Amino acid sequence: MPEPPLAPALRPFEAVGGWTIGIVDSLGRFGTFLAEAVGALVTPPFKLRAFLDRINFIGYRSLLIIFLTGAFTGMVLGLQIYLTLVRFGSEAFLGPAVALSLIRELGPVLAALMVTGRAGSALTAELGIMRITEQIDAFTVMALSPMRYLVAPSILAGLVTFPLMTALFDVVGIFGGYLVGVKLFGLSEGTYFGEMQTFVDLGDIMVGFWKSLSFGVIVTWVCTYKGFNVGHGAEGVARATTQAVVTSSVLILVWDYFMGSILQ
Amino acid sequence: MIKVEGLTKSFGRQAVLRELSLEVATGTITIVIGRSGGGKSVFLKHLVGLMQPDAGRILVDGVDISRLRGRALDEIRRAYGVVFQGGALFDSMTCYDNVAFPLREKLRTPPEELTKRVEAALGQVGLEGVGAKYPAEISGGMRKRVAIARALVTEPEIVFFDEPTTGLDPVLVNTIHHLILNLHRRARFTAVVVSHEIPEIFEIADTVAMLHEGRIVEVGPPAAIQGSTNPIVRRFIKGEPDNSEER
Repeated sequence: MPEPPLAPALRPFEAVGGWTIGIVDSLGRFGTFLAEAVGALVTPPFKLRAFLDRINFIGYRSLLIIFLTGAFTGMVLGLQIYLTLVRFGSEAFLGPAVALSLIRELGPVLAALMVTGRAGSALTAELGIMRITEQIDAFTVMALSPMRYLVAPSILAGLVTFPLMTALFDVVGIFGGYLVGVKLFGLSEGTYFGEMQTFVDLGDIMVGFWKSLSFGVIVTWVCTYKGFNVGHGAEGVARATTQAVVTSSVLILVWDYFMGSILQ
Repeated sequence: MIKVEGLTKSFGRQAVLRELSLEVATGTITIVIGRSGGGKSVFLKHLVGLMQPDAGRILVDGVDISRLRGRALDEIRRAYGVVFQGGALFDSMTCYDNVAFPLREKLRTPPEELTKRVEAALGQVGLEGVGAKYPAEISGGMRKRVAIARALVTEPEIVFFDEPTTGLDPVLVNTIHHLILNLHRRARFTAVVVSHEIPEIFEIADTVAMLHEGRIVEVGPPAAIQGSTNPIVRRFIKGEPDNSEER
């Protein structure tokens, strides 16, 4: 039954209460959504075809943007770090400085932000349109779980592709730094790569790996959740897409700080 | 048999369904008519388990589906076919794959049989040869027919149609209505059709239920509804303007 209207004096309290309940409810739904997706991931039947499609959608189609941003990030790093190190006569450390910046920090973060912009937004828009055109409901009434077909493969694809995208970003970025440091400023090739081998160890690579893995989950989780819970019409899809990109980007940076603190 | 008892649903302070009760006999076509925004689609979403009521029961062959969740509800849904208002075809799949999808994923039909059944389903709705096309490449009327083929390909016992002719021209409206009637004669499924196509929809109905402000205000055979003395029903059937709308 509909609730009777409240006295005007009580309406501010109702508004605060409603807002608080809304936040807690959203967080609960957000968590339950991931739990359901993980449940669909670890129980058969596994949707290999949907998973491969998501690998293509999130990973393969992001290769160009990762390649471009990786190359220019490495070149900018090479340029700025070289110009700084040369003041102290320490330009020999250009290789490890570029590599450590990329492997530990910039690679995972920038690759995740780029994939969010390209694939995350598309993921939300795609699911949002499926929601408003009742395609997701069609799965449900066929007694088929939309989580199993649409969400779980995306999250698993995020787990697989984000570390790979990050590795590509790192490699291309290091080569970008090489172009600037070695080919433009004339640093020796042996110094650039040799010092890198001395200063970069497996622990640094694992920091980047764990970050990219967690970003893969965060981005696909947020983007599929927003697409699944879209509002009405085209405006609802547009708003959900914006929210998905903004929320994912903020969470990437916040989570990066915590991961950086833990994995020192 | 589907028996709905005291179904109540509100969104915030807005009551959409108010103790709605209705019985749908097995093997019949029941049409739910009513004004746009009157709760017909919400009612249908309760019948297919997409929404849970605030109060009331929905008994499908004696089982209260409003209390079921997860696999138990899916078991009931296996006997369902649903035609959504916009068709809800998967736009990333061809028409063939759309119709094949429930067979492949729900019934695990072997490939040879699957091809036969999909082609037969598309043939039944007069769409031989369009299997390779994507939903975006065919007309609205054809999309509705593909959606009907997808809903019926699993030979469901109960089929729900949510405004299956919305947005179609009068010729296509009649074509879809007669298609539903012909398919029903062949398969004898129980059909619940939500529609506001008056009076065309009466031609295919066994029972008509008028939903108004969240309640079923009159139920009966088409002739009885058309001759109803209830002012709400008469106004709706004659298409007379409702001044309460302007308030």
